[in-house]
Amino acid sequence: MPRVTAPMRSASSNDHGRSANPKLPKAPTGIRGLDDVTGGGFPKGRPTLICGSAGAGKSLLAMEFIVRGATQFGEPGVFVAFEETAPELTQNVRSLGFDLDKLAKQKKLIVDFVRIERSEIDETGDYDLEGLFIRIGAAIDAIGAKRVALDTIENLFAGLQNQGILRAELRRLFRWLKDKGVSAVITAERGEGALTRHGLEEYVSDCVILLDHRVTDQVSTRRLRVVKYRGTAHGTNEYPFLIDEGGFSVLPVTSLGLNQDVSGERISSGVERLDAMLGGQGYYRGTTILVSGTAGTGKSSLASHMVDAACRRGERSIYFSFEESPQQMIRNMRSIGMDLEQWVKKGLLRFHSSRASFYGLEMHLAIMHKVVHDFKPKVVVFDPVGSLIEAGNRRDAHVMLIRLIDFLKSRGVTAFLTNLTSTGTLSLESTDVEISSIVDTWLFVRDLEVNGERNRALYVLKSRGMAHSNQLREFVLTDRGVDLLDVYVGPEGVLTGSSRLSQEARSKAATLLRQQEVERITRDRERKREALEARILALRKDFEIEEQEAETLGAEEDRRERVMDEDRAAMATSRKADAGNGSGRPDRISGKRGR
Amino acid sequence: MKKSGKTTEKPLSLEEVRRKGKESDMWELRLYTAGQTPRSLTAIANLKKICEEHLQGRYNIEVIDLVKHPQLAAGDQIIAIPTLVRKLPQPLRKIVGDLRDHERALVGLQLRSMSDSQ
Repeated sequence: MPRVTAPMRSASSNDHGRSANPKLPKAPTGIRGLDDVTGGGFPKGRPTLICGSAGAGKSLLAMEFIVRGATQFGEPGVFVAFEETAPELTQNVRSLGFDLDKLAKQKKLIVDFVRIERSEIDETGDYDLEGLFIRIGAAIDAIGAKRVALDTIENLFAGLQNQGILRAELRRLFRWLKDKGVSAVITAERGEGALTRHGLEEYVSDCVILLDHRVTDQVSTRRLRVVKYRGTAHGTNEYPFLIDEGGFSVLPVTSLGLNQDVSGERISSGVERLDAMLGGQGYYRGTTILVSGTAGTGKSSLASHMVDAACRRGERSIYFSFEESPQQMIRNMRSIGMDLEQWVKKGLLRFHSSRASFYGLEMHLAIMHKVVHDFKPKVVVFDPVGSLIEAGNRRDAHVMLIRLIDFLKSRGVTAFLTNLTSTGTLSLESTDVEISSIVDTWLFVRDLEVNGERNRALYVLKSRGMAHSNQLREFVLTDRGVDLLDVYVGPEGVLTGSSRLSQEARSKAATLLRQQEVERITRDRERKREALEARILALRKDFEIEEQEAETLGAEEDRRERVMDEDRAAMATSRKADAGNGSGRPDRISGKRGR
Repeated sequence: MKKSGKTTEKPLSLEEVRRKGKESDMWELRLYTAGQTPRSLTAIANLKKICEEHLQGRYNIEVIDLVKHPQLAAGDQIIAIPTLVRKLPQPLRKIVGDLRDHERALVGLQLRSMSDSQ
């Protein structure tokens, strides 16, 4: 289902095809993707040329156009086969689920086989191709056909000699088909240096589709390109396409012009602590998350957490695994206490395991596209995305991933990619397919190898649009899933695992020691103070004693003086000198003398 | 059954063999045209002329107008008009065009060598 188009006014953007002139009527092909690329299908009532080398899928595309027209769009069709007989064709397309016999019985389809045997034909004089016109005309009229396929009309050039007549007649034929108002599809073999071997593109100029089938490194890739489409702004890129049991499908995924709707909604990563690191709420919905890291660092576990969280919310998820089988994934995740099987049983989770090198890139893209289209998940995991390089070259893988991410973004699907970083590379913070620039959140899980053990550390390299933590966290796989722990950050650097534990113990011991030391010093000081105070007390006591002695001494002197005075007085009295004459003066003199 | 019975009963007389040869000498020709176009008429005229000259009394011409019977085009795989189909003698031959080049037409019908021998 193509995305709802932007309003016509803004359609001049590179949103190819959808900006189609609404006046130009289209005959939808019903082929997934092709209608997107061509803006609704082939031109209605006009001829379309499909060219490509042998085995490119021209006949199939033509046949599918006719069959889908008959079955899906109520437009009966005529298939004029110049190469294969009707029974052959019927058999060929039966494997794709097309029942030509049934359609023929329902008068929705006529297959007319035109055989030209050069060996039994001679030419003399003038002729025209009226016989062919009559045959096609009769078939069209018989079922009221709206579509006609001519596969491959160039065979006429092999059967008839007069090129001049042929060319004139072909020109007339295409004109005639136009006048008949049928949407015609003409297939032609790719020529040297030209689109077709016989220059049919000169006559059919309304719409030219080129199919390509190349093999690079033993992996085949099919590509489709709209070379020309008069009156329609079409996608000009090469689009990978796929031929599988459902027929043709083209991948219209291109760069969608970076105008997707964004969501402010946040979804949990499934790991509480990681949510906390991502601004406290987890990822944004519809963004692309990349986890890269070296082997065995728990990338798949993080992915499983994400899926588990989505399933818990009742959202559907797809897990594309390029390395492990679904059973293996389920078993492994059970070991960290996660039961993914329950979600598979409930139909919320779908695993899709395939070796990356098993198909070409476009096949992978097509399958992913198809599965996402059918299952309509909210979360998609690609684990690991780097292995897709095996399916193509680096550049193709890069382009494919961009297309894929854009496709998922346009549908609001949150994509979770894991990427294995090889330890040997100089810069660990690089990805094999250089997708770092197109992801929104990039988590990095790395090994820290210290003291003969390996521990994991996780950090958020970038996360667009949120205040994320810049801290390294130790990443621990427990039987309850992934847990993130604070790493020990101290004078001896960042420590994790048992060295973190031992360092923690060591620092605890050191702290204790320090405490004891402090206590001891405090005690000493206390003791010193006590001693000092004791001494002060003793000194004060001594002083007091001295003071007392001094006082006693003073008192004694006074007393002695008084006694001496008394003695002197007594002596004077006894001498009886100067008794009547002012007794006071001699007292004083004698007193002085006495001293 | 009848035929085989005859042959086993007694061998064919010389007369019979000759007659049979004459029968197989009978030319079945079918000319496909589309309407009464000048080209069709030319072709018919040319064909008659050739037949009268080279196959007098041993030919049978059937002219089929595809405009009237379009369903007949598929049977003989007719694409070009006019097309002359030599149904008999075998093998089937087709000559496309208005037959204006008699020599080429004779070669096409493989009458060239025959006329030489006559």
